[in-house]
Amino acid sequence: MNVSLNDLIFNLNNLKVGQKVLLSGTIYTARDAAHKRIIDLLDFGNKDKIPFNLNNSAIYYCGPTPTKPGNIVGACGPTTSSRMDIFTPRLLKEGVKVLIGKGDRSKNVEKSIEENKAIYLIATGGIAALISKSVVKADLIAFEDLGPEAVYRFEVKNMPLIVAIDTFGNNIFVRG
Amino acid sequence: MRNIKSEVITKTIEDLCAKTNFQLPDDVLYSLKQNILHEHGIAKNVLEEIIENANIAKTERLPLCQDTGTANFFVKLGADVCIEDGNIYDAINEGVSLGYKNNYLRKSIVTDPLDRKNTQDNTPANIYIDIVGGDKIEISFLPKGGGSENASALKMLVPSCGWDGVKEFVLSVVNDYARNACPPLIVGVGIGGDFSSVGLLAKKTLLREIGSINSNSFYKERERELLEDINKLNIGPMGLRGKTTALAVFIEAKPTHIALFPIAVSIQCHSCRRQTITI
Repeated sequence: MNVSLNDLIFNLNNLKVGQKVLLSGTIYTARDAAHKRIIDLLDFGNKDKIPFNLNNSAIYYCGPTPTKPGNIVGACGPTTSSRMDIFTPRLLKEGVKVLIGKGDRSKNVEKSIEENKAIYLIATGGIAALISKSVVKADLIAFEDLGPEAVYRFEVKNMPLIVAIDTFGNNIFVRG
Repeated sequence: MRNIKSEVITKTIEDLCAKTNFQLPDDVLYSLKQNILHEHGIAKNVLEEIIENANIAKTERLPLCQDTGTANFFVKLGADVCIEDGNIYDAINEGVSLGYKNNYLRKSIVTDPLDRKNTQDNTPANIYIDIVGGDKIEISFLPKGGGSENASALKMLVPSCGWDGVKEFVLSVVNDYARNACPPLIVGVGIGGDFSSVGLLAKKTLLREIGSINSNSFYKERERELLEDINKLNIGPMGLRGKTTALAVFIEAKPTHIALFPIAVSIQCHSCRRQTITI
């Protein structure tokens, strides 16, 4: 199913676990170090200094390779989402609606996704060259000093994803 | 004695960093293609994406994975080699620095686990040197991503645990962590030695080609048995269920102490990047 993020944000309940999605719209990269900084900004009352509006936003757990001259972006596949689990419920409370990464999440995140009517989408890991073809524009917008962990704004077109946890808390991963 | 200039090593390593991060080895590609035949649905799609990605990466000289890894080098240094104008550690690190900068590979190394300041050039590399006979240097490069490294584990079992203890531990590691480590995996198992050597023993097995036969007939059978059991776990490509949880299991054993039974499981993701060159 082709979905535009602008429409999706208001119709998240329509997406069901296991469904394939080709996502288009604006997403922001953030991984461990950027998450820590964003949470620190929230904790110390500096919400205005957070590099993008968290409300109704989509976060992509990704630290791209440097961009080769002439290319739009470097290789940019997902990193393991579970490392962000400790930060995620806080961000969902702040209005983040779409999480994109790879692998399973904690029970706590699963619950928080359901409570906040958000969604967790997964990309295939280790196919970073292929995923880079979905990025039509990339801008470094904050935390440049973090190198690969800086925050980028990506405009994506038909990014191939799967719904891993839907707004009802259904999870694609079966824990053995 | 054969003299080799350190700059020759540096240049070789620089090129090796690029090639290894852009090209999936033939044996890995072949194994993925074989496994597609047994899969359907999402599992099949994931394997197809991995192969398409490998084609794009090779043709366009793009990294297969954005995590271009910790730079691991396994070196067989001929005793008759004399390195001119430097030493092998500096020569390799210089090659990594140039290779990662000039080929737009990600710099993922931080100075200290607490301080977490990026070293900006992906050094220092992990360099393991064995002295061998002859006048050549053989260098194997294994850039390894954080996702699969985080899924690896080490335990001191008890001597009486036997093969069942080994099997139980390996299966528990795969079952607990595989979903986050980009399966299909290659599972390297080291047993014996001691705490400090068993991890390296396990990791070194990852240099073996998929389909290569263990020269020890007992472990050859155990590899087959473990691979079968792992693939019955129904974890599948990217943890989305299926028959292909692992492409291979490699086991290596070494002598140990009467009180010890160390075991390490080194998990390799499907983006199994490795190349070996000889100078």
